[in-house]
Amino acid sequence: MSAVARWVVAKLGAAILVVWIVATLVFFALRLSGDPLEAILGGPGSQAGEETVQAAIDAYALDQPLAWQYLLQLKDIATLQLGDSFARRQPVVDLLAAQLPRTLALAAISLGVAWAIAVTGSVIQAASRGRTGIVVGAIMRGLEIVASVMPQFWLGAVLIMVLSSGLGWLPATSAGPGAAALVMPVITLAIPIAGFLSQVSRDALDDADAAPFAVTARARGAGEIRVLLRHTLRHASLPAIALSGWAFGNLLSGAVVVEVLFARPGLGRLLQEAALARDVPVVIGAVVVVALMYVVVITLTDAIELAADPRLRGRARAHRSSEIAVGT
Amino acid sequence: MSALLEVRGLTVSLAGSGEVVSAVSLDARAGEVHGIVGESGAGKSVLARTLLGLTQQDPRARVTATALTFDGRDMRRAGQRAWRALRGGESALVLQDALQSLDPLRTVQAEVGETLAVRRTPRSERRTRILDALERAGLADAASLLGHRSGELSGGMRQRVLIASAIIGGARLIIADEPTTALDATVAVRVLELLRSLAADGAAVIFITHDLDAVRRIADRVTVLEGGRAVEQGTAHQVLRAPAHPSTRALLAAIPTGPKRETASPGDVVLEAEHLSRRYGSALAVDDASLTLRAGETLGIVGESGSGKSTLARLLIGAERPDEGATARPGDPTVRLVPQDPLGSFDPRHSVRRILDLSRRGAAPTSEELMAKVGLDSALLDRRPARLSGGQRQRVAIARALAADPHVLVLDEPVSALDVTTQAGILDLLGDLQRRSRLAMVFISHDLAVVRRAADRVAVMQAGRIVETGPTERIYASPAQQVTRDLIAASGQR
Amino acid sequence: MRALGVSAFVATGVVLLILVAVSAPALLAPGDPLAVSPTEGFLAPSLAHPFGTDESGRGIYTRIVHGARASAGIGVAATAIGVGLGIVIGFVCGLGPRAVDAALTRVVEVLYALPTLVMALLFVAVIGPGPTSSILAIGLATAPGYARMVRTRVRQVARSDYVAYARHEGVTRTAAFGRHVLPNTLWPLIAMVTLGIGQAIVWVSALSFLGLGAEPPSPEWGSMLNAGRVYLSTAWWMTLFPGLAIIVTAIALTVLGRRLSKGSA
Repeated sequence: MSAVARWVVAKLGAAILVVWIVATLVFFALRLSGDPLEAILGGPGSQAGEETVQAAIDAYALDQPLAWQYLLQLKDIATLQLGDSFARRQPVVDLLAAQLPRTLALAAISLGVAWAIAVTGSVIQAASRGRTGIVVGAIMRGLEIVASVMPQFWLGAVLIMVLSSGLGWLPATSAGPGAAALVMPVITLAIPIAGFLSQVSRDALDDADAAPFAVTARARGAGEIRVLLRHTLRHASLPAIALSGWAFGNLLSGAVVVEVLFARPGLGRLLQEAALARDVPVVIGAVVVVALMYVVVITLTDAIELAADPRLRGRARAHRSSEIAVGT
Repeated sequence: MSALLEVRGLTVSLAGSGEVVSAVSLDARAGEVHGIVGESGAGKSVLARTLLGLTQQDPRARVTATALTFDGRDMRRAGQRAWRALRGGESALVLQDALQSLDPLRTVQAEVGETLAVRRTPRSERRTRILDALERAGLADAASLLGHRSGELSGGMRQRVLIASAIIGGARLIIADEPTTALDATVAVRVLELLRSLAADGAAVIFITHDLDAVRRIADRVTVLEGGRAVEQGTAHQVLRAPAHPSTRALLAAIPTGPKRETASPGDVVLEAEHLSRRYGSALAVDDASLTLRAGETLGIVGESGSGKSTLARLLIGAERPDEGATARPGDPTVRLVPQDPLGSFDPRHSVRRILDLSRRGAAPTSEELMAKVGLDSALLDRRPARLSGGQRQRVAIARALAADPHVLVLDEPVSALDVTTQAGILDLLGDLQRRSRLAMVFISHDLAVVRRAADRVAVMQAGRIVETGPTERIYASPAQQVTRDLIAASGQR
Repeated sequence: MRALGVSAFVATGVVLLILVAVSAPALLAPGDPLAVSPTEGFLAPSLAHPFGTDESGRGIYTRIVHGARASAGIGVAATAIGVGLGIVIGFVCGLGPRAVDAALTRVVEVLYALPTLVMALLFVAVIGPGPTSSILAIGLATAPGYARMVRTRVRQVARSDYVAYARHEGVTRTAAFGRHVLPNTLWPLIAMVTLGIGQAIVWVSALSFLGLGAEPPSPEWGSMLNAGRVYLSTAWWMTLFPGLAIIVTAIALTVLGRRLSKGSA
């Protein structure tokens, strides 16, 4: 089997594993409070009629043995049959599909902005040599720590206070489709990620800059810019690329808070409202969607990593290098 | 013939380290190999980088000299632009361990061709010149290597690629900083010959190393560095045969030469390995190995990296089970290992005292006595091994093994990572210990000169098999196998 | 390097201050955080009320100090659950048979990758909002992260040369465990826990901010932020100061945690 085929199979395997784990997690979570029926119907306060109750029992096979329920859960999640939200009287899938694109767009843009900030930071650090370099490094280190720890709800609130209430540059609730409405949500989401990415890539940049291959490059007459662009930057980006998968997950968590804070419709706000209303089917649906997005992002990140770091392509090359090693 | 590079009174101070190079003077002439020797910490690497202007990039470094002239140009106050013009084109640097010294993410073609790219050589010319440089560096079938990366090549090939990348710009001054340290002995010899031939072709080669043997092989002139100072200088012949300075004399005296001092009268058999085989997956690490060890004698096991020495050691101490064959230990002797990397084998949270206490078995001597036995000051007992020097750690590792009152010591490359003077000290210690307590030792090394000095009998390994075995001096005088001959030639013994 | 020392010093000071706030809040803020005073609503920061008052006239400063118990307490409890679970799973993976390790680790990796807040919301939706569910939710959601870290460390130590040497010397597995594995694994854990508590406090506040954590009138910092959100343009102090409390606490714990990890590495 070719290396590519092997890789694809491995990714499919990972996807199946994720689906299975999420289904199991959901199964376990549903029974956490003791009565799954109550959870499905929307908590102890829901006034579900006889018919609704029966529908729920049928849909989740709650009158069948536990093992059967588990298998049903697996099948449902694998085929994306997420049932209905009894509280809202709508299929879960419809609700999710309506909100997903906005949140995805928000997350993707924020990731891009975070990367941009991190790279700019690295380049500034690399460009300032000597004494300035040390000072710049210290400042950046401080900023990074603050950024990566800052709670997004607070950052967003401060931005609203300053940019909206204070200076009046931007509208407070950013529900509209315009670019102006995106500015504050994106910044709020991007900064913690940027802090983390920046730390990781700056560390890698420092390591790469002191590495023997950088000395060799300079010994060949390469100037600092060339060393940066052709050598160290590539090394420095590797750990950051690897982290982008995690970053995406973080962005989704952040989206919940940001959408609530800025009153933007989206998957995050749907999730919060559902949790508040104890509308469990919707929450489960959202978790499944998030898990699926995670699989996609991980696969993408993996592919990019392989493109950026040829050392990872090892397996495919194994035969060739043993031939070469014979000659000295 | 005037020197290509003239250095007078060069002094380099680094932030936090003080003066690392003090008033060093030397010349590099075309067609000549100038060897700079010294132990670790003598300032050799900093010197190498300063001669290329690299140290001067650090704003916290201070570099002063009475003269620093390259081809008549005064480089003392030269800015980085002037230095960059020299680097790659007229002067070049070759570092050790090409796995780290070549960018592992870039292809051979990109790395070798970098000097040309920096100088904006037209692309059409580049490929031919790259192939040319690779061939000059001794790589046959250069074209097939272009697309590969350093991680895919063997150690020797990587070093040649590194050298190719250095000479492609037509450098007239080549500075090689420990170019053979990470290489097998036989491979190292060929790399040295390459450097020699580059000098013969007209380049001035400065060759920095701690390996006096390498210097003996190819250097015309020698400078001995100690604590940043040049303590002795002259032609290779002068310095190596008739050294004036005590440090040089000590260095030369420390080189292991000749046979083991006191030959043992071996006692009973303590270890008997018969037809040991060990497989990892499809690879045979040890293939049908048999050997015998008697009390009071040292058996040396030599071979290049990958010959199976370490695996054999693990089989002998019982850390791994052989797939075939067995090891008999008549009389149930206590066997202890002195591992290759002692630092990793110490619990990072323990002091030396705790390490020795935990390893003590039976009626072994006290920690203070053990330290005295291995020649260490008892004051070091409360330190952690991470704060000790390489030689001190090795002695602690030996002390720890002795704490179990052993009959057999298995030493895996005990002196390979040490300076030559430290090395000599450890070898003397081992000889002492054996004489006093009739210890049986298995001494594993890739360095035949060291093994000759330490072992009564020797077994030569290649690809997992023991190809030759017998009394050390006999093997030396009349080696039966090619691999043995290669090892002898590479070890510089005459 | 010296800068690191100074910041760690400051961080320790902050942490101690918070410990005082948690154990004896009356020492720092003698007032009553729950005392309603309708005429004094929405007062800007002044000498009498250094951080201003909220919509019911309660002093923000007083509420923040008394809220430390809720916020930090919930954070610590959640971390305790997460670390406890993480240690168990981590050790099982690190020391157990290959098959168990391989299977369990893959599961842990996937769980780790799922966003913390999303997972927490799942648990909260089922159990219902409140401080207990916050503790459980954040604890369960952060457990995979700890399990991962513990497992990596345990494996690294268990396969180290020094453990191998002890076995070569004839030391039993149990003795080697107690002598080498346990000490070398637990010390780095302390740094991890310190960092973790900081993170947990932020997550807990996030849940409260979303209306799913501590119920009013509890002076928990996150729910104070939730309350203040509505009055952002008029009474900004209701949001700024609780937020600062969260940030300062989280940063102090992070700095301290990093300092500790450098020391025990």
